[in-house]
Amino acid sequence: MTTTTDATATESSTPPAEPAGDETVELTIRDAIALALREELIHDEHVFLMGEDIGAYGGSYVVTKGFFDEFGPRRVRDTPIAESVIVGTAIGAAMGGLRPIVELMTINFSLLAMDQIVNHAAKILYMSGGQVNVPIVLRMVTGGGSQLGAQHSQNLEAWYARVPGLKVACPATPYDALGMMRAAVQEANPFIFVEHSLLYRLKGPVPKAYYTVPCGSSVVRREGRDITLVGYLRSAVLNLEAAEILAKDGIEAEVIDLRSLRPLDLQPVITSVQKTNHAVIAEDAWLTGGFSSEISCQIQEQAFDYLDAPVQRVNGADVPAPYSKELESLAYPNVDDIVRAARAALA
Amino acid sequence: MTAETQAEQPAASDWPAPDEHIRDTARSLGLSDEQLVGFLEQMQLIRRFEERAAEMYTRRRIGGFLHLYVGEEAVAVGAVAALRPDDDIVTHYRDHGHALARGLPPRNVMAELFGRRTGVSHGKGGSMHLFDVERHFLGGYAIVAGHLPIACGLGLAAQYRGQDRVCLCIFGDGAVNEGEFHEALNLASLWKLPIVFLCENNLYGMGTALAAASATLELYKFANAYNIPGARCDGMNAVDCYRAVRDAVEHCRAGKGPAFVEAMTYRFRGHSMADPELYRSKEEVAHWRQRDPIVVLRTQLLNAGVLTEERAAQIEQQVEATVDDAVQFAEQSEPPAPSELTTDIYADPSHSHPATWHRRSAVGETTHAEDGR
Repeated sequence: MTTTTDATATESSTPPAEPAGDETVELTIRDAIALALREELIHDEHVFLMGEDIGAYGGSYVVTKGFFDEFGPRRVRDTPIAESVIVGTAIGAAMGGLRPIVELMTINFSLLAMDQIVNHAAKILYMSGGQVNVPIVLRMVTGGGSQLGAQHSQNLEAWYARVPGLKVACPATPYDALGMMRAAVQEANPFIFVEHSLLYRLKGPVPKAYYTVPCGSSVVRREGRDITLVGYLRSAVLNLEAAEILAKDGIEAEVIDLRSLRPLDLQPVITSVQKTNHAVIAEDAWLTGGFSSEISCQIQEQAFDYLDAPVQRVNGADVPAPYSKELESLAYPNVDDIVRAARAALA
Repeated sequence: MTAETQAEQPAASDWPAPDEHIRDTARSLGLSDEQLVGFLEQMQLIRRFEERAAEMYTRRRIGGFLHLYVGEEAVAVGAVAALRPDDDIVTHYRDHGHALARGLPPRNVMAELFGRRTGVSHGKGGSMHLFDVERHFLGGYAIVAGHLPIACGLGLAAQYRGQDRVCLCIFGDGAVNEGEFHEALNLASLWKLPIVFLCENNLYGMGTALAAASATLELYKFANAYNIPGARCDGMNAVDCYRAVRDAVEHCRAGKGPAFVEAMTYRFRGHSMADPELYRSKEEVAHWRQRDPIVVLRTQLLNAGVLTEERAAQIEQQVEATVDDAVQFAEQSEPPAPSELTTDIYADPSHSHPATWHRRSAVGETTHAEDGR
């Protein structure tokens, strides 16, 4: 069989064209994800959901509410709280011809399945010499900011993005959430679908016509000539707010949403930096060894001569997430931090 | 290790003397004389294959780890014989014997050990990661107990699709203390998944004695905690392994959920080629070697008149030729091309499910979920 290399984004399969139409509806990210899951359950008998409290309870983030009644316990499977066997079962089921979609509740709990995700799902295609692929979708909620304390508030998606063999999607709009979830279920590979807890209620337009969003396709959210703001998930949203504030001072920021961390499509960022000569990278995750370091490094590798100032990183504080509201607000970046970093880069 | 724990280890003498009526026993299980001879031949193939592999390892033709199965052959041969060709197998890293018993060509298994592109995993897996999808041999895995959850998924796939296939999941005594073992047994039983959990208890997890690692020495009893029937068999006797696994397979195939078999066995050589074996006595090894599954079965078959010395010699010659051919094939095979470093990391969209082409948007439709809100 032929396979793509790690560096190349796999194009998602294009479904047959539907009647074109500009009609859209307003959805939240939560509804968009639920809609994609429902479409896949309806259209493919091989697709099933499994996870902690997704059935009778309706999902701890209410994404799968009503699914249990509609599709029954065979297609919507409540599991024991046993992350490793949940993911391992998904892997085996995928090897046996099914299309499992797993909800692991939060990314913090996915660490109990790290062995299955990193040692198994990401390796089986390679170590079988291309014989066995593992088409699974692992949904997990990332992020803090809700006073849930140190064990429920981490942003760990970049850890998974380090692993060849995995794909990691980080949608920050309802449009992307729907399009990327469709693409994820149609994927041939282990796909980690990261959902930020604070973005579930974010609303946006979604076309009625069918579309998918391939993993590995960064997008320019706002054009500008002065500075490039890069982010994903919550920081992709904050960057847009920061751009509004900067615009009042006549600073035109170009805002880029990475949409996925692996494959990583950095071309729009490089092109943008060649134009703006300045860059700020924002993410909720810890500073040390963060994904912002990777992006910063690639910018200097590919656009060093275009930079007029060091790349600025705006990250979460290098601390376990505190409970106290006052302390927690200091642990994650906010819009002001991004604005300040942009001004520092331009100073 | 303390003297007390040493004393607690199961011993070779715990088992009865070789069955004098092996032919009758086999017949009562529906095994023909030819099948019995086949068991012996397969065990000899595994033994000679591995002895040659060890030789090739010392000559540096084989790299990495090499975990030999020498002494444990009866388990693979008896267990795999109890399966249908479309039943799935997942196993641990000491997997050469299982692969050969399953019928993976010795040439391609040896080529995998040599790291050649003609290997069963195209030289990318190695000794510990033998795969052959066509033969439903879905991998050797090198994280202890890591493949038990995967067996649950293979069992689920069969059940979900209404197929009566079972999954044979082979692991060692070292796996039972991992959390994944307990997670997998619980889920398999809860969902009544068709999985035969086959524990090859060779009494040592690497160099740590079972008695120093496990709170119970009767590992099949773990299954009882999860409402799974558990049984023990003589892992130095291929016919007994066949019997136990056949019963377990029947249980699974009847839709009654998983079954558990503990095969009491012993590896005659070190954990891997790098093992100086400081943790056990030469006397202990010698004692177990007296129960060598190949020597015992050969003698039994000769005594029972199932086998003649002439036929036995013929088989040994044939095995030797097969192994010679495998080594020669591996020697002459090419390594993978440099470009193969970066293939097989992601499967291409041709691996996507065909149902992709029938999807349509449900945006704007009223859903059951929305009604419920």
